[in-house]
Amino acid sequence: MAADHDKVFKALADPARRLLLDRLFAENGQALGALCAGLDMTRQAVTKHLAVLEEANLIAVVWKGREKLHYLNPVPIQEIADRWIAKFERGRLRLLADLKDKLEGESDG
Amino acid sequence: MADTRSVFVTYIRTTPTRLWQALRDPEFTRRYWFATRHESDWTPGSPWRLMIPDGRVAHSGEVLEVVPERRLVLSWRAEFNAAMHAEGHSRVTFELEPVGESVRLTVTHEIDRPDSKLVKTLAHGWPHLLSSLKSLLETGEPLTETSRWPKGM
Repeated sequence: MAADHDKVFKALADPARRLLLDRLFAENGQALGALCAGLDMTRQAVTKHLAVLEEANLIAVVWKGREKLHYLNPVPIQEIADRWIAKFERGRLRLLADLKDKLEGESDG
Repeated sequence: MADTRSVFVTYIRTTPTRLWQALRDPEFTRRYWFATRHESDWTPGSPWRLMIPDGRVAHSGEVLEVVPERRLVLSWRAEFNAAMHAEGHSRVTFELEPVGESVRLTVTHEIDRPDSKLVKTLAHGWPHLLSSLKSLLETGEPLTETSRWPKGM
């Protein structure tokens, strides 16, 4: 689990890879050629970035005939949000709940 | 013809047997799948329905393919929303593949039409659902937000 999260954070640490994910978010299921269009990156560089994203499970691949289509897989980001970031959210919500109890307790008294 | 497809992949530390059960057994689905339960005998050609706790049908379709502990394909039509219902049947494929100590679960939702509201709307739900399923199987507890049917839906 920790190692899987490391891969996700490392994959997301590169602006070019985040750009590729953004492009798939805008239009899911693109082939390499479409993903490269209008980018200031070589085809080889894009291929390498896609491999890192696939290894981190942020991209899922579907073969349609001879075409390799890339799909954004948001599940690992969701898992990090649920298990890691939510911890801090819970802390903040508990503080608010405590504050509410305290203030309401004061007004009752 | 243009299609709409989304693909979701998660690795869960469990066995194919347990995951296969968790995908279909109401004792599992009611805890992580927005409190819903399936109604089907899971035979190819048989009807399939996903039931909301208040008795409404969320989605319905037919069992298209069953390979125990490996692959389940359902035709899938929205029943709780008119616009999505009008799009007709989509297809949902669950694929289970053992990888080391884990099982790789791939969920593919697709329909033979461009810009499908059904596929795009459910694409917001699948990541929560799968994250919750993973949590349930690995820790015994699902995520609270997927343990109830969403209010107002």
